[in-house]
Amino acid sequence: MAYAYSPGLKVLESVTLQRDRRLPLSGKIIVSQGDSVSAEQVVMMTEMPGKADMMNIVSMLGCLPGEIGKYMKKEAGDSIKMHELIAESSSFFGLFKTRIESPIDGTIESISPVTGQLTLRGKPIPVEVKAYIDGKVLSTDGKENVIVETTGSFIQGIFGVGGETCGNIEIAVQSPNIPLTIDSLSENHKDKIVVGGSYVTYDVLMRAKEIGVKAIIVGGFDDSDLKKFLGFDLGVAITGQEKLGLTLVITEGFGEIPMAEKTFNLLCKYAGMRTSVNGATQIRAGVMRPEIIIPHPSAQKAADEKETKLVLEIGKSVRVIREPFFGKIGIIKSLPVELTKLPTESMARVLEVEFENGERAVIPRANVEVIAMD
Amino acid sequence: MTDINVILATDCGSTTTKAILIEKINGQYRLTARGEAPTTVEAPAEDVTRGVINSIAEIEDITGKTFIKDDKLIVPRKDDKGADIYVSTSSAGGGLQMMVAGVVKQMSAESAERAALGAGAIVMDVLATNDKRRLFQRIERIRNLRPDMILISGGTDGGTVRHVVSQAEVIAAADPKPRFGIGYELPVIFAGNIKARDAVRETLNEKTALQIVDNLRPTLENENLKPARDAIHDLFLEHVMQHAPGYKKLMTWTSAPIMPTPGAVGDIMQLIAKRENIQVVGTDIGGATTDDFSVFRADRDDPESQFVFNRTVSANLGMSYSISNVVAEAGIPNIMRWVSFDVDERLLRNSIRNKMIRPTTIPQGLNGLIIEQAICREALRLAFIQHKQMAVGLRGVQKQSSIGDAFSQKSSDETLVDMIGLDLIVGSGGVLSHAPRRNQSALMMIDGFAPEGITNLAVDSIFMMPHLGVLAQINEDAAIEVFEKDCLIHLGAVVAPVGVAPYGKPCMTVEIHGKGKWDLKVGEMKLIPATRDEEFEITINPNKKFDIGAGKGKIVERKIKGGVVGIILDARCRPIQLPENHDERITALQSWNKELDIYPEI
Repeated sequence: MAYAYSPGLKVLESVTLQRDRRLPLSGKIIVSQGDSVSAEQVVMMTEMPGKADMMNIVSMLGCLPGEIGKYMKKEAGDSIKMHELIAESSSFFGLFKTRIESPIDGTIESISPVTGQLTLRGKPIPVEVKAYIDGKVLSTDGKENVIVETTGSFIQGIFGVGGETCGNIEIAVQSPNIPLTIDSLSENHKDKIVVGGSYVTYDVLMRAKEIGVKAIIVGGFDDSDLKKFLGFDLGVAITGQEKLGLTLVITEGFGEIPMAEKTFNLLCKYAGMRTSVNGATQIRAGVMRPEIIIPHPSAQKAADEKETKLVLEIGKSVRVIREPFFGKIGIIKSLPVELTKLPTESMARVLEVEFENGERAVIPRANVEVIAMD
Repeated sequence: MTDINVILATDCGSTTTKAILIEKINGQYRLTARGEAPTTVEAPAEDVTRGVINSIAEIEDITGKTFIKDDKLIVPRKDDKGADIYVSTSSAGGGLQMMVAGVVKQMSAESAERAALGAGAIVMDVLATNDKRRLFQRIERIRNLRPDMILISGGTDGGTVRHVVSQAEVIAAADPKPRFGIGYELPVIFAGNIKARDAVRETLNEKTALQIVDNLRPTLENENLKPARDAIHDLFLEHVMQHAPGYKKLMTWTSAPIMPTPGAVGDIMQLIAKRENIQVVGTDIGGATTDDFSVFRADRDDPESQFVFNRTVSANLGMSYSISNVVAEAGIPNIMRWVSFDVDERLLRNSIRNKMIRPTTIPQGLNGLIIEQAICREALRLAFIQHKQMAVGLRGVQKQSSIGDAFSQKSSDETLVDMIGLDLIVGSGGVLSHAPRRNQSALMMIDGFAPEGITNLAVDSIFMMPHLGVLAQINEDAAIEVFEKDCLIHLGAVVAPVGVAPYGKPCMTVEIHGKGKWDLKVGEMKLIPATRDEEFEITINPNKKFDIGAGKGKIVERKIKGGVVGIILDARCRPIQLPENHDERITALQSWNKELDIYPEI
């Protein structure tokens, strides 16, 4: 039997998942297989080559590239300190001297006799990688990779900004339909993962940042506020590297959209729990969505994250992700095989859905996403 | 290769692998079936051949024929099973991403950029000694971008060595790592001054997989791009493809080298231009990028001059993944000017963002379709501006300047894109190829490209130009035959005089013999039904402020054909003038939509 798969967001109460932690270069792994780790614990480290810079030393010394060796006080491979003399020339019987000092702490990587350029390499940049989630080390290759496994709840957002963070969940609104406001925030939210309802504005985000909130999770956000928050108009959805002071995860989309009740209820159920959040989003081939991971021991058997298939089947819960029914949640009632003519006159595969209020609608299959629940 | 009767071709895109079956029927090559399946470069399959097999399995289902045995293609054909040849293109994994470097931005660096683009690459950045960046900034840029390959040019043969080597030193200092495959060296091509070869080798040999080829700008007057382009193709196969999952296996299946998708599209367009002796513009507007191609004569005043091919990639102009970038670059007012109803800006911005984060959704209502098609017009327009800027001056292989050029008034900055001499625009990509009405595709292309004079319009029915481009390497006749009969859907022709005058003033009188005669005022459009099977005499008498190709106010008589849409008379001026007043603009858009039968009546 053929299945129609749908892009969709996972909202799973109990799942076993792994996160692949990776160094940019080989380095030192400081945990072992089977170790318990906490989200903020460093699990491996390395040193990246320092920043390179170049100096056109011939123009500074007033000599030809081939003569450079005569004036160099240091050789390729030598360590150098800031302001240390690296080359010197003199003219007029030694009356005038040109001294070239190092602008950095580091090493001289190369001296080109062709161009007279000096390549200087700054001190190595230490890189540390944290566990990101509370869990156990499932495996490591001993060089650049640690896989951390945990069991708990897993929620995917639709879009986020800001990178990995960790804190305890705090619910700041009464229902998923209520927007997060400045009044609903307090100093108690410092270092917390704050859950709003349907919407957040730029001003509220600024207040949250001031308080020291680690992350905000809400249903929707305005495009114009995103522009203000980032400081530029985001062209392509590749995020996660920006330094914004807090991480934002939106679960439904742009505009004011109530958070899916199931998502909200799950977050409420685990209020107060330590949670890892990552806003990184990449919408290209190999889609990456922002995520919320709440590690907790589970009484029920945990599903495997990778095996949770998002299949369109009669009876499954779906969310409409495009106008005119954008944001509505319903149950699939039928999946006609034949192509159906839309109001645009396009022929598309459709499904019939019944919304929570009992209304029914025919919607292109491309415009729904399955809500994966365990 | 005289007895080729069954051909399989695939294009492995980032998301979908598309297969086509071409068969010789009654002595003619025809497309007989197509299939598609998700591309399987990424986890869990991590083997591109899986998607290829799946897409061809769909063809097996449709035709009832056998092409696969034990998860392998049957090539050559045995006992009526399998295909005589199999070819493929690929843009999976984001295609070939390159950086290029030269000495002077407008000279060697620009030639290097053309070489890379022509080979089918996305050029991530162009480094030059006069690019107004400090050395450390260039180093950081290389480190951050992680290209698949770098092309260095610079210096005419026997000319500057120092500046060329300095570019190599910047690359060495960055010590760049390729995007895929930890543990293999980044391919770098040096196509610059022959006298700098030893120093470049000294600088880069240990850190990169260096290949040295002929200088792509041996003298200021000569551009020799072929050796660099060939090296890009070779390294693409040897290094980049070898490290992409499953490609090693795929390469053993194909009857000709795998080509980057846009490189193959460029080849087929050049072939068509040459065979038909026409000037062509092509566009492929995808979800993430828009590729523009053009083939124009080197000298627009000399009909005998050689054809020059250009390709540009607008890496962040597209209809889904990059839709928000189109809006950011064009600006909301430029999008809204094509929307024939009132729309709230906040809702519009949020709805475009929602398309970006859920790129596979499709418009269900007419308003959603109208907005997407408005964005398409702006993406086409912006990509074409970039193309015109790139397609300038000394373009093409071994173009020799003559003494006459020294006295000519022509600037090398003048674009080769000669709109009034343009014969054909070919559109492809979902938004154009799969628009609910072909009339919509025609009008989007007219608004996006603003063709001048008399121009034919066509769309690629199912985006098979890549397949045909790579097929042309081994069977040109089959590729051309299928291109003409099954690939192109001729929409018709547009007649658009160049000039500007106030709305309501006389623009042109058009007589299509056997059809009728029309007086068009500025701001009007008219659709004349006419098929491609018939050829008509057309007489166009433009007002004294307008030029249809022979000069202002000069009558033009020639032959014209229609297509599935017909012949469109466009009197909206060139550049296209839209009413500035909001209500008048909406009224005008609605009247054009009605006249051209663009949308269903609501």
